Amino acid sequence: MAEMRREWIVNAVLAMALLIVPLVALWINEPFYVTLATRVAILALAGVGLNLALGLGGMVSFGHAAYFGLGGYVAGIMAHHAFTGLPMWIGVTGSNQMLWIWLWAALLSGFLALIIGALSLRTSGIFFIMITLAFAQMIFYFTLSWPAYGGEDGLPIFVRNQFPGLNTMRPWDMFILSYGVLMLALVFFAMLRAARFGAALMAIRQNPDRAAAVGISPFGVKLAAFVLSGMITGLAGAMMADLTRFVSPAMIAWQMSGELIVIIILGGVGRLFGPVAGAAILVAFEVIFGGITEHWQFFLGLILLGVVLFARGGLIGLLAGRARHG
Amino acid sequence: MSVALFAEQLLNGVQFGLMLFLMAAGLTLVFGVMGLINLAHGSLYMIGAFVCAAAAAAFGSFWLGLIAGLAAAAAAGALIELTVIRRLYDRDHLDQVLATFALILILSEGVRMIFGPFPLYLSVPDLLRGTVDLGITRYSLYRLALIGIGIAVAIGLWLLIAKTRLGIQIRAGESDREMIAALGVNIRWLYTVVFALGAALAGMAGALVGAIQSVQVGMGEPVLILAFVVIVIGGIGSIKGAMVGALLVGVIDTMGRFLLPRIFAAFLDPAQAMGVGAALASMLIYLLMALVLILRPRGLFPAHG
Repeated sequence: MAEMRREWIVNAVLAMALLIVPLVALWINEPFYVTLATRVAILALAGVGLNLALGLGGMVSFGHAAYFGLGGYVAGIMAHHAFTGLPMWIGVTGSNQMLWIWLWAALLSGFLALIIGALSLRTSGIFFIMITLAFAQMIFYFTLSWPAYGGEDGLPIFVRNQFPGLNTMRPWDMFILSYGVLMLALVFFAMLRAARFGAALMAIRQNPDRAAAVGISPFGVKLAAFVLSGMITGLAGAMMADLTRFVSPAMIAWQMSGELIVIIILGGVGRLFGPVAGAAILVAFEVIFGGITEHWQFFLGLILLGVVLFARGGLIGLLAGRARHG
Repeated sequence: MSVALFAEQLLNGVQFGLMLFLMAAGLTLVFGVMGLINLAHGSLYMIGAFVCAAAAAAFGSFWLGLIAGLAAAAAAGALIELTVIRRLYDRDHLDQVLATFALILILSEGVRMIFGPFPLYLSVPDLLRGTVDLGITRYSLYRLALIGIGIAVAIGLWLLIAKTRLGIQIRAGESDREMIAALGVNIRWLYTVVFALGAALAGMAGALVGAIQSVQVGMGEPVLILAFVVIVIGGIGSIKGAMVGALLVGVIDTMGRFLLPRIFAAFLDPAQAMGVGAALASMLIYLLMALVLILRPRGLFPAHG
């Protein structure tokens, strides 16, 4: 119990820190750090999505960049049509309303996750990793060679999409919006984990045969979790597109899928705030070491290797003790 | 569309497939014997290409470069196995993915530090310059040589696995790891040798392909992911499956890129046909993979159970 209380303290500190850092940045007039904190929040949101599949369900998806990128392209394409006024399909025009865009980003990402998940979940283990990676690569090459929306040059979003009551072009408004969505997603994750669904999902991860024996369908539960996971990551993609005001195939590249897994591992697999800690570490590392050497990825690789080989459990595992996860 | 062009594209597909086989064979061997997923296999391909290009420029000979590239990839493979990979055999796949992903970051940036940020160029050896007349078409002599080398390596690999003592140990390792260790085979040494062998094949593919593409950081991973598609189609752990999968992927990808825009041109305007055709062609092999998964979830030639 002491360890659980310690994890809640760590979580509260992380949630407060992510709020206080941009507040201080705003106060000393450094909007760059507000945007950096927004990046952390959105990457963490994408990580929350993957954590659902990977952390709770044990599904090592190496293709979550596909949903991240699809969400991004939904935002980019809808904004593009709203900006140019050209209809998307017969009669349907674009939109610059975030809520409407997010709905479509989540729905379409969920649909893609349904197709890829239904195919990939026929297999498991090493096959699953390679297949999710391959399908993400398929989406990557598709966006690369489809000329209508920029192809390999990507698609700019000239004016950030709008959210009722906020001026999304102001860094703080964009931050608090991302932060709010991240917190909602974390509440959702915690509720799901505590619900019967979460229990079933974790039971399947630990022992699919035993779960099946008590009447839980492993395929159905895992697929449902995979779809929810894709939807959250897709939503994060739409928000990232608005933050950077640019979408390109790079959002779907295999490195992005790897980065999302790294975020979860650095933070702590299956931990509620694991993705938040992981995203913060990754972004901080990129800013600090990226400023010192252009070869910062070399050192990221060394640290990652060290974490995997010698310090399993990630940052939250280090601060709050080893998880019951296993 | 002329028969000559069609034949040339078909040969390109076979050549591409055989180079994919060199990559896939190493991956599938390492998985079959050690149960390990190695994302850094693409980095070994890159190392082979870079060392070959640098050595060829230094010695003025492609063949010395090729030997150097092969040796460097094998040595890098053995070194990686001894320092990192060895600790991963008992870990779950997630740890293997992460550690080898970390290796990609380290090796890619390491190569960038040593060779600089710009691509290197490796030219085709004088001996294999030009084209040959095959009756229906003239074909690049170098690409023809790649086909020959690919076939020779495949036969050599088959002989190694079917006829030699090492091959017996590899096959025994695939069916029961603990048992062959109990029978007194030095399993640690066997693992290092298999990993270095896979690395050498990847390095060879990188060096050979380096002469027809530019040699740059990040060249390995797209090929690696295609090699994954190959072994998912062929059946993981199976050399025969890797060969069939590689040829299928190589030929279907190349022919798709060649034929689909032409097919769409029959009923779309040219610019649109190019776009739709190219986009669809880029997805073709993944659709093939999906089809194989629906019909044969364990691949065409499942090696285990």
